[in-house]
Amino acid sequence: MSALRIDDAAVEYTSRGRGAVRAVDGVSLQVERGQIVGLVGESGCGKSSLARAVAGLEPVASGQVLVDGRPVSPLRWRRRSTQDVRLQMVFQNPYASLNPRRTVGSQVADGIAVELRGQARQAEVIRLLELVGLPADAAERYPHQFSGGQRQRVAIARALAPRPEVLIADEPVTALDASAQAQIVNLLVSLVGELGVGILFISHDLALVREIADVTAVMYLGRIVEMGPTHEVWSAPRHPYTRALIEALPRITERPGLPVPLRGEVPDAARVPDGCRFRPRCPVAVDACVESPPVTTFGPHSVECWLAEPAREETRS
Amino acid sequence: MTPLLDVRHLAVSLPGADGSPLPVIHDATLHVGRGEIVGIAGESGSGKSMTAQALLGLLPENAQVSGSAVLDGETELVGLDERGWQGVRGVRIAMVFQDATAALHPMLTVGRQLTEHLRHHLGLDRRGAERRALELLDRVRIPGGRGALRTYPHQLSGGMRQRVAIASALACEPELLIADEPTTALDVTVQAGILELFDELRRESDLSVLFITHDLGVLSALTTRAYVFYAGRVMESGPTGELLLRPRHPYTAALLRARPHADDSWEVRGGTAAEAQPNGSKRPLPMTTIPGSAVTPATAPPGCPFAPRCGYTEDGCTSEVPAMTAVASGHHVACRVLPDLTEVPG
Repeated sequence: MSALRIDDAAVEYTSRGRGAVRAVDGVSLQVERGQIVGLVGESGCGKSSLARAVAGLEPVASGQVLVDGRPVSPLRWRRRSTQDVRLQMVFQNPYASLNPRRTVGSQVADGIAVELRGQARQAEVIRLLELVGLPADAAERYPHQFSGGQRQRVAIARALAPRPEVLIADEPVTALDASAQAQIVNLLVSLVGELGVGILFISHDLALVREIADVTAVMYLGRIVEMGPTHEVWSAPRHPYTRALIEALPRITERPGLPVPLRGEVPDAARVPDGCRFRPRCPVAVDACVESPPVTTFGPHSVECWLAEPAREETRS
Repeated sequence: MTPLLDVRHLAVSLPGADGSPLPVIHDATLHVGRGEIVGIAGESGSGKSMTAQALLGLLPENAQVSGSAVLDGETELVGLDERGWQGVRGVRIAMVFQDATAALHPMLTVGRQLTEHLRHHLGLDRRGAERRALELLDRVRIPGGRGALRTYPHQLSGGMRQRVAIASALACEPELLIADEPTTALDVTVQAGILELFDELRRESDLSVLFITHDLGVLSALTTRAYVFYAGRVMESGPTGELLLRPRHPYTAALLRARPHADDSWEVRGGTAAEAQPNGSKRPLPMTTIPGSAVTPATAPPGCPFAPRCGYTEDGCTSEVPAMTAVASGHHVACRVLPDLTEVPG
């Protein structure tokens, strides 16, 4: 059983004037224990809406989300049962996601099972802090006494307290400096190895996802347009959007050229183009693209594009 | 020929909580040539944005500034009074910020933000200002002509807003543009378009740009020369390709190793990433980290500020501030050890 299984999930927002907007429109993916799945795409592609639905912060309009085989029920004004906390979230901004007026230890303790009391509870807090590379005395201190990278460690310790099956990390290192970024990424990867937790790693940074994800899913306008083993998606991308994302990355090479921009912007989810959603921006669109493209699979690699064929001579120099 | 901007031994300090001066920039020496895009790279607290503020006269009044910054061989910026700055800021040196949303007035149309500026600084009448505003939109590749002038910032995407901010900065034909992380808040696909625009502006109108970024990939793609800042000091400077492909300062090397790689360019990285596997973890660790955390000029130790995090230190590193020394033509490094960086420290 997968740690996280998303089946054909849709997320809708309703607002006056725009009607129902589908921010996520039929997404399926799985995260196994001990696996890191990277989810990439531009802002507005629906990555964060999907994360919120998976965490139960937004209801799914259709489809389902299963954590450890159990459906995630939409969060209401009630305490969640212990089965619901098999999934935890790490947010982008560790300055906003921690309570500034409570000690780090008490915030980490929030998630620890109620059966653990007194000394055992304290010992568990310290175990969690040490697991994320913080000293035991961090428990007595407040968030403002830590750097951004250390606060993100606290947020990770707190997320691990209920012993989740899967972590949703939504841009967890975007707000951090280069050195802290590398440390937090390594921490997440080592936790996957040690604890066997699965991670859905959401990022706009394709280069970072390439470094850590086993599987990469590329999202565009509410759909996953390409998904497969990271090295395949990177070295032989089959969707023109994936290629565009890779070509837009600035590189350090002997003869650097300017990265290639992708024309246009992610359209408003209220006005999704007919047929292939990427068609208006696609550099290689053909007549067939006015119809919705089929999903073509190549082993573990799937792509939603009319032009998807085995990448014979497409290997990039 | 004198460089367009010649900064020598610039030092800035701000009063700390107890009134004693806290250094934010120590002894920065840099120059920007005409038609050149020069980069400043560094982490937060390295002094890169403070340098920009010093060059625009935007430091708090109680800041202490010493050294010299000469524009166009004639105008000394250090010690300029507010009247003097009015003839420089936005006119001869203009600025583009990271957050275009904050840089633009949310309740004024694009046309109004551009024409107001033009009428104030250049004394154009309404019709003349509108004509000039249309030219500016054209220069920053915003389509739509007059229609675009009537839009409000919130109706534009992040990339388009940054283009409007650039148009506004170009209004008075500045000699130097200072861009502080102008693409950091944008998607890579949009960032690429803004980088292309800077390059086109340089080629078309010989614009000089001081481009501040934390992204070494952006530095590589756009700039011809660059300065790497750490804790308020320039650690290494040189032609960008040289600096990033054959770095000589351990800090530059550490930054390069710590970044996620879109390329597999730098041989020094080879094999280092997968080495350390603490706690018997089954997965190799993907990133090479820099031990410890970044220091600011105020918390920097004596001697080389990078010494506590450096794997190549020798006696003297922690007591003496290393001087900039030339290692190749135009390539300078503030390191007294100058280790062989292809050998990763143990």
